[in-house]
Amino acid sequence: MTPPGPSAHPYMANSAPELRQELLDAIGVDDAEALFVQIPQDHRLREPLDLPPALRSEAALSRHLRSLLSRNIDCEQNLSFLGGGVWQHHVPAICDEIAQRTEFVTSEWGTPASDHGRNQAWFEFASQLGELLDLDFVGLPVYSWGCAAGHAIRMASRMTGRREVLVPADLDRERLAVIRTYCEPPEMPSHIAIVEVATDPQTGRVDVADLEARLSERTAAVYLETPGSLGVIETEVERIAALARAAGAETILGVDPLSLGVLAPPGQVGADIAVGPTQPLGVHMNAGGGVGGFIATRDEERYARQYPTLQVSIAPTAKAGEHGFTMALFEQSSYGRREEGNDWTGNSVYLWAIVNAVYMAAMGPQGFVELGELILQRSHYAAARIAEVPGVSVRWGGFFKELVVDFNATGKTVAEINRALLGRGIFGGGDLSVGHPHLGQCALYCVTEVHTQEDIDRLVEALAEVTR
Amino acid sequence: MTRLPDYHAARWDEPVVLEMGRPGRRAVAIETAEPDVVAEVGAGADLVPAAVRRERPPALPELSEFEVQRHYLHLSQMTLGMMGVNLFGTCTMKYNPRLNEHVAARPWLAELHPGQPEETLQGVLQIIHDFDLMLRELSGMARFVFQPGGGADAAYTHACVTRAYHAARGELEQRDEIITTIQAHPCNAATAAAAGFKVVTLPIEEDGFASVEALEAAVSDRTAALMINNPDDMGIYNPHIRRWTDIVHEAGGLAFYDNANFNGVMTRLRARELGFDACMYMLHKTFGVPKGGGGPAVGAYGCSEELVEFLPRPLVHRDGVRYTIEHDAPRSIGRVREYWGNVPQVVKAYSWTRAMGAEGLRDAADLSVIALNYMDQRLRQIRGVTRSNPDNDAPRLEMCRYSIEQVTRDTGVTVLDVQNRMVDFGVDAFWLSHEPWVLPEPFTPEPGELWSKEDIDLWIDVLEHIIDEAYENPEIVKTAPHNQALRQVDGSRVDQPDQWATTWRAHKRKAAQAAASA
Repeated sequence: MTPPGPSAHPYMANSAPELRQELLDAIGVDDAEALFVQIPQDHRLREPLDLPPALRSEAALSRHLRSLLSRNIDCEQNLSFLGGGVWQHHVPAICDEIAQRTEFVTSEWGTPASDHGRNQAWFEFASQLGELLDLDFVGLPVYSWGCAAGHAIRMASRMTGRREVLVPADLDRERLAVIRTYCEPPEMPSHIAIVEVATDPQTGRVDVADLEARLSERTAAVYLETPGSLGVIETEVERIAALARAAGAETILGVDPLSLGVLAPPGQVGADIAVGPTQPLGVHMNAGGGVGGFIATRDEERYARQYPTLQVSIAPTAKAGEHGFTMALFEQSSYGRREEGNDWTGNSVYLWAIVNAVYMAAMGPQGFVELGELILQRSHYAAARIAEVPGVSVRWGGFFKELVVDFNATGKTVAEINRALLGRGIFGGGDLSVGHPHLGQCALYCVTEVHTQEDIDRLVEALAEVTR
Repeated sequence: MTRLPDYHAARWDEPVVLEMGRPGRRAVAIETAEPDVVAEVGAGADLVPAAVRRERPPALPELSEFEVQRHYLHLSQMTLGMMGVNLFGTCTMKYNPRLNEHVAARPWLAELHPGQPEETLQGVLQIIHDFDLMLRELSGMARFVFQPGGGADAAYTHACVTRAYHAARGELEQRDEIITTIQAHPCNAATAAAAGFKVVTLPIEEDGFASVEALEAAVSDRTAALMINNPDDMGIYNPHIRRWTDIVHEAGGLAFYDNANFNGVMTRLRARELGFDACMYMLHKTFGVPKGGGGPAVGAYGCSEELVEFLPRPLVHRDGVRYTIEHDAPRSIGRVREYWGNVPQVVKAYSWTRAMGAEGLRDAADLSVIALNYMDQRLRQIRGVTRSNPDNDAPRLEMCRYSIEQVTRDTGVTVLDVQNRMVDFGVDAFWLSHEPWVLPEPFTPEPGELWSKEDIDLWIDVLEHIIDEAYENPEIVKTAPHNQALRQVDGSRVDQPDQWATTWRAHKRKAAQAAASA
């Protein structure tokens, strides 16, 4: 191995040779090697590492990163209608500013005293989300919506002692794959069987009769989403929750938090556990690296004791009238009880939770209402215009921001259409033909507040050309 | 002793955001739909079926844009967040280069959708691919995946890969045990259990690690895997680790190396060469990516050629000059999380590793161990401070655990009191120990390669001063903090159902109930 580099590295304060030597002298060893005596010689790497040469200069490193990342084409350059788990929304500039605040970016674990402001921001994430959901117990976020759903299903299984979950047959394939992992393979003793409930082909909503037929004394939970994975708003959640309750099962409802200015919140439609994505709340798509998930319930002990997450509680301080924020129910986590804890927790997406808090505070009550209405208007406008294209139809009405566009009658595949759209600077909707083959050649188009009428008209024109 | 800082935290007495604002204020103005759009579809509210319309808007605060910005700036200012000296052990506090934050925030990364066509993602796919190659070189593994959202999620990934590996051999029902040790991070035991395995936990013995004999007694035809870290949080390296991986293999199990404590040994050893089948690096620790207070993070999971088929997808491949995405594979475990992981963090780790190079990584490992041993000499001279595993004289690696049990016995001041007092000097809270506390009144410093000798001296001076205070004026320590954003938080009742409140609405309700019954 080569000796230390010729000059100090900008990231390492003691890397200048004389400063390193000062520390070695203080310890009383000539060489750092003397400090590694614990590692047997035959455990050690023999040949030098073959890594690319160091780019110590920030200018050189910046140039290198630019040369790579400028090869991407992003959703500000192209017009994008991709959604299905990650969605393009406007991110307010104050969200970006707070997301870059170094104290938040570089904070670690800490204590109620050392990182009070961050803990309060976490509490405000949970508190504001609780208002949106109309639920009063909210955990700190988990890795993603799929992970939140997986944990919630396991919570329900522990609570009921049952090992079956009903899920919509049209559930998003990424999310389903995560849920399947969390439900464990059939060989495992705590395996939870996933039972699919049919979609009503006329409406795109869950077939309630089929759901009722599949509910049994084995059912731990009904997992339902509104809007569903294919965009359609469920209109009978309350009835489904009542059926589930009558069968002794929990109802887990997945929701898009951006729909909750206009759609009835989980707490008002009978959901026992609410889950969903946090990315829409002010986090960029980040190539999928913006995802996060939440878990929320009524503040009842039987639910609270099952949370796998960490959660912050408001608490008094030594000064009358002052409050601080500290971890509650820590002992039931994997940090507290190792394998006896509820599932596991660890690093999650806590920086995004702060950004989510900023977003919710910025939107306020009226912002959520108006944003929901605007998304509805623009997405329904898109549906109306797309349906005017010969051979193209929209599968179902009654959606929120995503719609299933049916290309079967065009004689072209979604893959062909999307390739042609790409040539026109457009990312077409996600291809459903792979994960949902029963739909044939359909695509999931996402239309949000970022899409103007002009954008939608441009899409429609392009679709008319490429399907001709 | 150097002069201690006359520090005081910002104290804004900031209300909870739900107490703030006035009706009618707005921080965000929403566009109105274009006239043609309205003409086509009408009012937005009418597009929701009446039965599921929200009746009352959510009770969120109503603030101007500046008020929202100022509130969260105030909260950031009341967050020490490594702005002091942070030697938080087990977490490897490093410099997180600002260049990487700025680069990752730009649309070329921030505004990418994972469903975009491959040809529009070539830059980011190349970075993922090339970073995988670097980690292979450091570990000897055949392939890395970045989907796990943290170290614990990587441990979970291993438990899932273990399921798939034994299922493919028809042995999953028989192999239902995962072995770990009491000093391994709790996530190893917890994720093994969450994946459906029984957990066998080996105790530590006199020399600081579990014995070969204990492992031999624990393995059987029920063994699915071993999950272990090395060195441990005491800075002790298990010299028998190659024998361990052999024993596990002979029993038919897989060996997983939780490389959480990689910083001190990086460039000196490779997981694969020690016989491990898989390993995990935390990019938010060892590879210069910020912690974010607990993510977004990446547990980069790497494995041998034999296990690649079981890895979660997607994986990125190089095909000549093009980079492609493999979305599924027949024996893959599927997904542990949606998409390809926290991609911006992978880009930051790539950038950090490029800035370091092989020499820089060796320097960092050396400096982190040198700094720990410098600290060790000074810490052991402080009254009442003892080092874990006193029978083992060897220099410790990147971190070490100490106890102030003697101080507590003499003065009643606990390690939690000291932790609260240190932040009065602008020093970030230190890490104590994972559960269970094998050592009483523990703390675990890890200086890493970032902090200057002056920073380290300051940290030790503050600790020394507080221990003097413990003997001379224990009340000032027990009632700390005094110079912080708030006074000592009383968390003694937050595990009681009538007291915990994870939301403002729960707090208001419970406070009202308490007032009514008082």
